Amino acid sequence: MNTVAEKMPPAPAAAGFDPRVEGQRLIRQWYAELEQASELGQPVANVFVMGNAVEILRAFDFKLVFPEINSLQTGVRKASEEYIRLSEDYGMSPDVCSYVKADVGLILKEHRHPAGRIPKAHLAVASNMCNTFIKWAEIWERWLKTPTFVLDLPGQRSAGWQVRPGDAQHAADARWVEAQFQELIARCEAITGRKLDLERLAEIEERVNRMVLHWNNVMVLNRVCPAPYNAMLDGLTFIGIMNVYRGAPEGVEFMRTLEEHLKAKVARGEGRVAEERFRLLFSGTPCYVSMRRLVELFETWGGVFAYSDYLTFAAGGMDAAELLYDTSRPLESLAEVTALAAQRGLSNQFFAHERLARQIRDYGADGVVFHGIKSCRFVSSGMADTREYLNRRLEVPTLYIESDLIDPRYWSDAQIKNRVDAFFEALGQRGGAAPARGAAEAQRRSA
Amino acid sequence: MKYVAGVDVGSTQTKAVILDEHRAIVGRALLDMETSMTTVAQDAFRAALEAAGIAEGDVAWVAGTGYGRYKVTFGREQVTEISCHARGAVTLFPLTRTVIDVGGQDTKAISVAPDGKVLNFTMNDKCAAGTGRFLGAASFALEMPLSELGPLALKATNPVRITTTCTVFAESEIISHLSKGLLPEDVLMGVHQAIASRCVSLARRVGIASEVTFTGGVSRNVAMVRLLEEQLEMPVNVSQDAHFCGALGAALYAHERVHGAQPALAA
Repeated sequence: MNTVAEKMPPAPAAAGFDPRVEGQRLIRQWYAELEQASELGQPVANVFVMGNAVEILRAFDFKLVFPEINSLQTGVRKASEEYIRLSEDYGMSPDVCSYVKADVGLILKEHRHPAGRIPKAHLAVASNMCNTFIKWAEIWERWLKTPTFVLDLPGQRSAGWQVRPGDAQHAADARWVEAQFQELIARCEAITGRKLDLERLAEIEERVNRMVLHWNNVMVLNRVCPAPYNAMLDGLTFIGIMNVYRGAPEGVEFMRTLEEHLKAKVARGEGRVAEERFRLLFSGTPCYVSMRRLVELFETWGGVFAYSDYLTFAAGGMDAAELLYDTSRPLESLAEVTALAAQRGLSNQFFAHERLARQIRDYGADGVVFHGIKSCRFVSSGMADTREYLNRRLEVPTLYIESDLIDPRYWSDAQIKNRVDAFFEALGQRGGAAPARGAAEAQRRSA
Repeated sequence: MKYVAGVDVGSTQTKAVILDEHRAIVGRALLDMETSMTTVAQDAFRAALEAAGIAEGDVAWVAGTGYGRYKVTFGREQVTEISCHARGAVTLFPLTRTVIDVGGQDTKAISVAPDGKVLNFTMNDKCAAGTGRFLGAASFALEMPLSELGPLALKATNPVRITTTCTVFAESEIISHLSKGLLPEDVLMGVHQAIASRCVSLARRVGIASEVTFTGGVSRNVAMVRLLEEQLEMPVNVSQDAHFCGALGAALYAHERVHGAQPALAA
């Protein structure tokens, strides 16, 4: 039997590289490989985007299922409502995370996803990076008998201070995480009947390092005006690859070619929109079910999302330099980086104002857009404080809009358009770029 | 004389204002949304023209605002009601720094600069609690016209606490209180207090700076004005034209198009 990778056409050369097309091809390939996993007798693991130890799982050749990505993909493919309604019909509250509800809907549909059949997992790795992860994994454990391994990742223990590499606390945290990794490795060895190959783990980490370096360069390239890509449309494809192909050769190749492609765009002075008038930051989690429409509402006014904090925390919480692996000590280093990334992720909202203030400067942003999530108050909880800081201390214009991750019932087009239009009118009144053409374009599209 | 007009197509009513070259209001009209938005917009514009005693050809520029601004098909410009209420409020009360606008299904708090530019704004999200619709529910439950709610509420001696934050459920809560024999004025005052506290909470998010100007249809409600003043602990400006503030703001944008930017009007 041929594997999916053999059947798929090869990745294009950089010159003919279209990141969206190539990204979609890789996502299709990933789903196709998942469909084949049972037939090929491959072990399968459910993992979350944050705090997932995928390097260890990949070293055992687990096929990785990302339930969050499955759920967001139902949104992107305009099928999420069907899955969400199934779970609500079953009895889940409308207040429950829509990712969880779409996944429960997927189970009720016997694992039939719009992208293909999702295999049952031999192991699920959850963590406390989000409280919902643990309850979500319990659903698989009870309904599907999926063995679950929950990583306990230490969070912030005092206010106003973040752990740094080499701190006594970081060293202690890393040892705590490493001990858990040893248990996870034992579980993986029991499932696969293989011993962990540390050299293999180091190779995977080396690929992750290369991906992270390319990814950081890709984000920096959007500091240029005009921005070569929209962080909340193109950027979402990029982080999809960062997650799904983390540590895989295809992931390295995609990120390398992407950087090359974007450098060429910058050299040509080619931007995402024909005329960039406003540079914006997006803070929060996307509304995957309506992201294209949301971006259109902004781009109509010449507004481009040059950066989003989502690009960092949803790509594993990785930053340049300090979160790279030391492949000479692969397991210890994995524990150190995981502990540090967890700290960054768990204390994210306490330092959001400082981080955003820095990013506003770095990306030359005219304003910040906050997106609150109806079915996840946790992720939206610090936004009011951060917004107030930016408005009052830095006098940076901000906009708060609210919808959901993938539940289309929370998208109110008229209300959101009204807020977006008013935001650009205010930006224009502040002496920003003339909004007249944007207003005319908004009118034309609404007619 | 070159006249300009602003037409504010809201969720429950449409307002139109005609301005002369000196930015004086020479005609105004207010219609309920009983037919299509486009028809009501045209009817309101014509009624305002009639009130001003001028013909359509005398109007050089029409700006549309409100949720139905794109239904002002005869308009040459569309501006959101956030910008229009800010501009209108600063024109009516030049020292305005905070605008609270309570309409049929939207409540907005706007922080404004001295020249009427929007500095920051926030609105109620996907819920009509704290808007005119909440009073509409009370009006329905009490079988009483909206205009009588405020005066009756001011007679309350023992206001009832309305606990629900949902407009639909508020109606059943009101009926439940009335069926227990509580006085309508006490129940009504509870409804007004619930709306006022949500408005003030919204305003605090943008920062409350004096002077505060109250606009929109609900500003005609005397109990709401008093409660806002009590909760904000400061006087609140309310103009006879507060209900037309969005349309006035739109007309001022239209005026700027025709006559160029003008200095703020004297108080």
